[in-house]
Parts: sequence; C-alpha cells; structure tokens
Amino acid sequence: MQWETVIGLEVHVQLATQSKIFSGASTAFGAEPNTQACAIDLAMPGTLPVPNEQAFRDAIMFGLAIDADIARTSMFERKNYFYPDLPKAYQTTQLEKPIVGRGHVDIELADGSKKSIRIHHAHLEEDAGKSLHEGSFEIHGHGMTGIDLNRAGTPLIEIVSEPDMRNAEEAVAFARKLHSIVTSLGICDGNMSQGSMRFDVNISVRPKGSDTFGTRTETKNLNSFKFMEDAIAMEVERQIDLIEDGDKVIQETRLYNGDTKQARAMRSKEEANDYRYFPCPDLLPIVFEDDYIEQIRQSLPELPDARRDRFIEQYGLSRYDANSLSGDAAVAQFFQTAAAGSDAKLAANWIMGELSARLNAEDRAIQDSPVSADQLAGMIARLKDGTISSKMAKQVFDAMWNGEGDADGIIEARGLKQVSDSGAIEALVDDVIANSPQQVDNYRNADVTKRPKMLGYFVGQIMKASKGQANPQQVNDVLLEKLNALL
Amino acid sequence: MHNKTLAEIIAGLNSGAFSSVEITGHLLNRIRQLDPQYNSFITVTAEAALASAEAADRQRASGSAPLFCGVPIAHKDIFCTNGVRTSCGSKMLDNFVPPYDATVVENFAQAGAVILGKTNMDEFAMGSSNETSYYGPVKNPWDINCVPGGSSGGSAAALVARLTPGATATDTGGSIRQPAALCGVTGLKPTYGRVSRWGMIAFASSLDQAGPMARTAEDCALMLNAMASFDPKDSTSIDRKVPDYTANLNQPLSGLKIGIPKEYFGEGLNPGTEQAVREALTEYEKQGATLVDISLPHSHLAVPAYYVIAPAEASANLSRFDGVRYGYRCEDPKDLRDLYMRTRGEGFGDEVKRRILVGAYCLSAGYYDAYYRKAQQVRRLIKQDFVDAFAMVDVIMGPTSPSPAFAFGAKGDDPVAMYLEDVYTIATNLAGLPGMSLPCGFVDNRPVGLQIIGNYFDEGLMLNAAHQFQRATDWHQRTPEGLE
Repeated sequence: MQWETVIGLEVHVQLATQSKIFSGASTAFGAEPNTQACAIDLAMPGTLPVPNEQAFRDAIMFGLAIDADIARTSMFERKNYFYPDLPKAYQTTQLEKPIVGRGHVDIELADGSKKSIRIHHAHLEEDAGKSLHEGSFEIHGHGMTGIDLNRAGTPLIEIVSEPDMRNAEEAVAFARKLHSIVTSLGICDGNMSQGSMRFDVNISVRPKGSDTFGTRTETKNLNSFKFMEDAIAMEVERQIDLIEDGDKVIQETRLYNGDTKQARAMRSKEEANDYRYFPCPDLLPIVFEDDYIEQIRQSLPELPDARRDRFIEQYGLSRYDANSLSGDAAVAQFFQTAAAGSDAKLAANWIMGELSARLNAEDRAIQDSPVSADQLAGMIARLKDGTISSKMAKQVFDAMWNGEGDADGIIEARGLKQVSDSGAIEALVDDVIANSPQQVDNYRNADVTKRPKMLGYFVGQIMKASKGQANPQQVNDVLLEKLNALL
Repeated sequence: MHNKTLAEIIAGLNSGAFSSVEITGHLLNRIRQLDPQYNSFITVTAEAALASAEAADRQRASGSAPLFCGVPIAHKDIFCTNGVRTSCGSKMLDNFVPPYDATVVENFAQAGAVILGKTNMDEFAMGSSNETSYYGPVKNPWDINCVPGGSSGGSAAALVARLTPGATATDTGGSIRQPAALCGVTGLKPTYGRVSRWGMIAFASSLDQAGPMARTAEDCALMLNAMASFDPKDSTSIDRKVPDYTANLNQPLSGLKIGIPKEYFGEGLNPGTEQAVREALTEYEKQGATLVDISLPHSHLAVPAYYVIAPAEASANLSRFDGVRYGYRCEDPKDLRDLYMRTRGEGFGDEVKRRILVGAYCLSAGYYDAYYRKAQQVRRLIKQDFVDAFAMVDVIMGPTSPSPAFAFGAKGDDPVAMYLEDVYTIATNLAGLPGMSLPCGFVDNRPVGLQIIGNYFDEGLMLNAAHQFQRATDWHQRTPEGLE
C-alpha cells in the first residue's frame, strides 16, 4: 500500500527580551544556576506577575510577519501541573485568546515548488526551569535532582501549525523558514543548541488518498533540523511497520535522542494530565489598540522573502543562491557585508561553498566564524583584481581561518602574489612551446574540436614553471594566441 | 492609654502628651498579659517594635513626622514582612521568613507606623471562625467560648481587647467585615484594586482585598489613607488618585438614599440581629437619610458561585506550596510523588484541603463549564444587580452576618452552615465593591454589625456615613468587661 505522511509542528521560540515575561530578572543564557531567578520566578508567597511589554511587541511582530490576525484582546490562562522546575505549579500561558491568530508561512522546496503552511495560532507563555538529573547530584546516597530556575519565566511564543506538511523535507523547510523569520525580526537569537527554538512534531500516516487522519504521535523537543529530519523518518517507518503488521499506532508523546538516534515513548494519552486551565486572575485581559499594532507594523524589519527578492534584484544572484543567503538573518548580514566590499557573486560562492563547509565541519554558527565578513571581502577583492588565483585564495582563506590576519598581510607574508606581468607570462609560454615540439605538432594536426582539451598540458607546464604564481586566465589567453599563431 | 483611638494617639504624640515608646511599651505589656487568653497574635515583634518606637520619637523630635509616625498597629499574618515569620495561619509556612515586605506593610512603614506583631487568622484566610488556624483558635473577647469570626479574627479580637488601636486585615468573602461584626469593631473592605495585593499571600486572587480594621470609622479612614496606593507590582491594582478619606467625614446625611435589599432580611437572619440593624437604620432616617426598598435578585446565588470561584483560584494559588523551595517539607521523602503527597497532606489543614479538592474538581475536564464557567456567569449577574441598585441609591445597608458570634465547634461539622456566615458579605467581593461593617447593637452581650455597601471607589461616602452614625451612638465604644 502507498502511505501518506501527515505532519504538524508546535514550535517553542524563546523571545530575546532582556527580562522575563512576568518579572524583572535577566534572561541571559549560561549564568550560574538560580542566579537569575527573583522572588516572582521562585513563586514566593504573595508575589505577583507583571507583564513585560516587549514580549507582546515581539509576538505581534511575529503575527504581522506571517500575515496573521492579531487579537485585539488577549488574556492568559493557568495550566496546572506539579513539577519541581515549575515553581508556581502552573504555567501562565494562553488558551482561549492567543495573541496571534490564523496566519501562514510559505516555503520553497528543493525542486522549486512552493507551499503555504497554515498557522493555527501562536500564543505567549512562560518557560519552565530545568531539572538537572546528572549523577553529580548524588548526595548522602540519594539520587538527587538539581533544579535551575534561571530559565523559569523566560518568554516563549508557541507556534502551532495546521497538519499541512506531507514529508520531512516540508517539515524541515517550514522549521527553517520559521527560524529565518524570527531571527530576521530579531525576536529570537535562533540558537537551537541552547534551546532558543524547540520543535515538537506531530506525525501520523494514512493510506494515500484517504481524507481522514491516522492516529498521531508527538515527538518532543527536537532542537536541530537534522534531528527533526531523522526523527520524522524513523517515526514514519515505525508507524507504517506497525500498521502493516496489523498493530495500531497509540497516541503518545515520544522523545527522540539525537545522539543515540533512538526514540522512546514518554507517556500515552491515558496518562496525560488534566491541566485544569482557567483564566489567570492576577493578569487582566490586555487590549491592543489599532494604532499600537500599526506602529509595530511600520517598524517591521525586512523579512526573508523580501530580502531574497532584493538579493536577486540588487546583486544579480540566482533564486537558489538568494534563497540560501537570505534565509538566516546572520548569514544574510554576513553576505551583504562581504558583498559590499568586493563582488557579490564571488562572495555568494565563497559563503555557500568554502565558508559554509568549514562552519558545518566545526559545527559553528556564522556569528562565530573565525573569518569575518570584512576579511572575506578583502580576500575576494584580491582575487578579483588578479593579485591571487583561486587556488591561492584557498590558501589565504585557510590562513585567515587559522587566525593569521587579513588577506593582504597573508599574501604579503607568504609571497602569494600571482604573476600578471604580460612580458613574464609571454616568456614562460614561449619557453614551454619551444620545449614541447611534439605536443605542438599534435596540437597543430588535431581536429579543431579536440584542441581545447589539449591546452591542459601546456597550462600545467607553464603553471609549474611559474611555481603556481602565474595568472591562469592570462596564461590561457597568451597560450591560445601563440599556439594559434603557429597553425 | 489602650482605649485611645488612632486619631487620639496621633494627636497625643503630636502634642507630646506621651511618646511612642510609652504607648508601644504599654500595648506590648498588655499583649503579654492578656493575649494568652485570646490568642490574637501569632508573632509579637516586641523588640523591633520598641526599636522603631524609639526611632519614631527621635524623628518626631527632629521635627518631621509622617502621619503614623510612632503609631502602633498590627498586621494580619497574611502580609509578608521582611525578616519576620509570615505563616498565613498554616503549618505549611510556620518556618517561612519572607525576604520582602508586602506593599501594605511598606506603605505603613513609609507612614512611620510601629508594628506590634502579626495577628492570628484562619489558615490561608479560609474560614469564618478562626478555628482553622494552625496556631489555635482566637477567642472572642466578648465571650471566650465564642468565635471571633474569620478569617481576620486575630485582628478583630486584638482591637476589641485593646491590644492594638489598628490592624490590617483582608477580605475575600467577608473576612474583614464578619469578624469586625462579631467582635464589635469597624472594618472596611475597599474596592477591588484600591489596595495593592503584592506580598499578601493569595487565597482567591480575583476576590482578595486588603483593608483597615479599627475601633472607629475615622480610624479606618486614617489607615486607608496610608494603605491605598496604585502599585505597578500588582497588575490588578487601579491607577487612580487616592483621596484623603478623612476629608469628608463630617458631611450631614440629609438626602442620602440608603438601599435596603429585601434579600438581606429574609430567612436565616437572627431576630435580635435584625432588630439591631433596623434600629440603626432608624437612626439614619433620623439624620435625614431616606430608606429605599431594593432588590438584589441574584443574592441567593452568591454563596454557591463564590464556593466555586474562590476554591478554583485557591487550588492553583496554593499549588506552589510543594516542599521544594520554602515552607514545610515532609521528613525523608522517598521520591517526588511522596514529597508532594506528604508535604501537602501534612502541611495543610482540613478546610484548606477541602477547598483545594473542590476547586480542582470544578476546573476538571468535563466539569469546567458546569461549575467554573457557570459561576462566572452568575458573578456577572450579581454585579449587574448592584449596578442597577446604585442607579437608584447611594449606599446599601443591611446586616453584616446573619447572627452574632457562635460557640466554638458549633458549625465545625457542617461546612455549608459555616459558609452561610458570609451570605451577606460575599456578593460584594464577587462584584468588586467596597463594603464595611460597624457596631450597631448587641444580642445577649454579643455585638451586631451593620454592613454598608458602597459603589465603586465610594469609600469616602461610606466612611462618612459610618462616622456620622458613630457620632450619634456609642456601640463602637463598648468594651468587654474587664478590658476597659
């Protein structure tokens, strides 16, 4: 039987506000445990939440960016459950009146096709703290769990999609597009390894052509695109195997471990909590005037689709290149800086080629690139003006990556300047032609269509004689001219 | 000296008739001698009180003294006090010392008040008799076999026993007004949002409101001047100018239209209580007010709606007491579930557990619409009753509670009978309106309270109506035998 996969995503996006959603404590990542939790975050008796306006602005920006309805009145509910890293034993979240209503996110796939993924809603809520289960908490023979409440109260928007995706590629494209939107808006740092974006994937399968949904499972807390792709593939296979073996898929929450590439069931629907949602009486409904929303709309920065179109227009990039470079706000910024000081197409090639390969190999974000955009621009400028060859550029890039400074300094220190002096190149070409009578004869007697392939020998000899420093383009031009003169 | 009102103490300190150290020391002695009988304080902060009295006397000598400079008062033990144990009447918080002050506490500190200690209360303010306190019940100074009312029974009893001239209190369904009535003192629950809830341990957030308790309406006005403030730390606090509540205490009552709701004089009202209230209303007529018969048709739904909404909010508000970060923790928990179950099982008393269970049930999947949502609809109807009534009258008057103080244990087995103690007070909390109680007579030597309900932010009008009554009567000055 042919199977169709149905995927919907719930995405938690940590907002890049300075302080928490209901308290003045800092949201900075990586501080000593429990040093960024104030009395409100600790749910001390008598403390009360005060909403952080920036979180509302950020959520509204997101809503406007996905062409969604913004709720004119928004309110918070309490979601009740006991867990040590949830100090109030309820999460303040939104159920009945989420701040962002229906919208859509448009994706492009590798084959160039396009698809619009509907957003059901996005709501504001507070993050929980973290439970640290490591063995380092063995105290007095008891297995202890450490609680770090620094993250407790960090503002999140939870984005809930409709089940509009039909395979892992679409799901990943959607996730990447969301990443691109929130980083472009500047409302999230996009740092997935620190948990700034976390994906829950709802997956079901059904016979192709069916219009009812199969039983779904939810795989929680995927924090990389690669994990998401792998987890979807594994879960789809598991579900199809189950059904084909005559078993049933059970509605359950699953956890995927990216390191071991294994998934396991966490809890089934029967074990699910009754969260006893009700409106939070400590927070009054919040009303947004049209003017307020309009003012945010006016202040929206450039969004990924507009940026892609501009890259095509302004830099003459292909659609593919423009898509690759405009998606991530940091990559786009890097590209624009590099292109401004050199050549846009070369900058695009270097960023998508060498730079991205090296960053991937070392698992670094472009913000942490050892080669800055200005340094790359400096190198490309020398490439473009013929000072160095592409081959030399590779060496210069390696040196910059290793922290040896700017391109000009490296070129100087390593004597990497290519020979572009036409007299010197002519002499080199003459020498090689004089020393290769047999090859010259062959060239002369060959069919005209075969001749271009025979140039390689001469070029190789000339470059060898120049110790790699001759300008290859010039060598080609001079060689062709001289050989043709012998015909 | 202990019979002096707040107004008299302020005047005496200003004139130099006595010092803060003198009056503070006198009251602390009295608390030491008498309170073992009444149990109205959970914590007495004698040393700190004397130190701040000395500081206040020095400040006064230097020429700049804020309104309450050196004036002793007590705080209900629901208000967080920086460095002083704040138990909320519960074993759960018996060891809890907050590192911050409630805004109400902060406001009184700014005004220069001296804090004698923290008064006893029903556990987490859940009760109408003070019998649910972990620290034992408060005895009513009028009859030590009777309850003082609750939940602010400690504040009310301390006032009538002349242990403090003023005390803070809180009111979620009648917790200021009912004990004020049962002890024969004056108490005011302001409009919801008038006084900050920051640092006040939450019972039911949409209903809780702090207010003053004293022996006279004039003293309540003085206290409200210090207590009321807009507080950015409480999102439900209302940004509205705080008037001088003492400014209009001497307005004649001619032309005042007093609504008399027929629903507050029906079945269940003690005849002696009714008589005392009717006589008080006659006094108002004598002063030129007009009595207008009105109806609050949804009154009978107030108690049922309240006992859905308040427990629902409480069930979430009290979830934070889990033994993880502060407060009581059971001995040697074997796992997380055991920690939660035993900490909460051992730390909370029966009434608190009953309300948490009721609240959790009302919010459960499948019951939410039938209980919580329905109760919220009823709440809107009750509010509308008052809006309609205040289109016709200036204030509403009636009994504060259906009968005078009852004996300990009398309603212990019957929570519903206990809940009906607040049958006349609960509706104002549901509507967010201000309400007050003032002494208006006695039944068998037990005080009766007259309730005044005002329109939103009409505390000044209510206080004037109460003050005019107290100028013509002496019920508020009556003192239990031996405590004069």
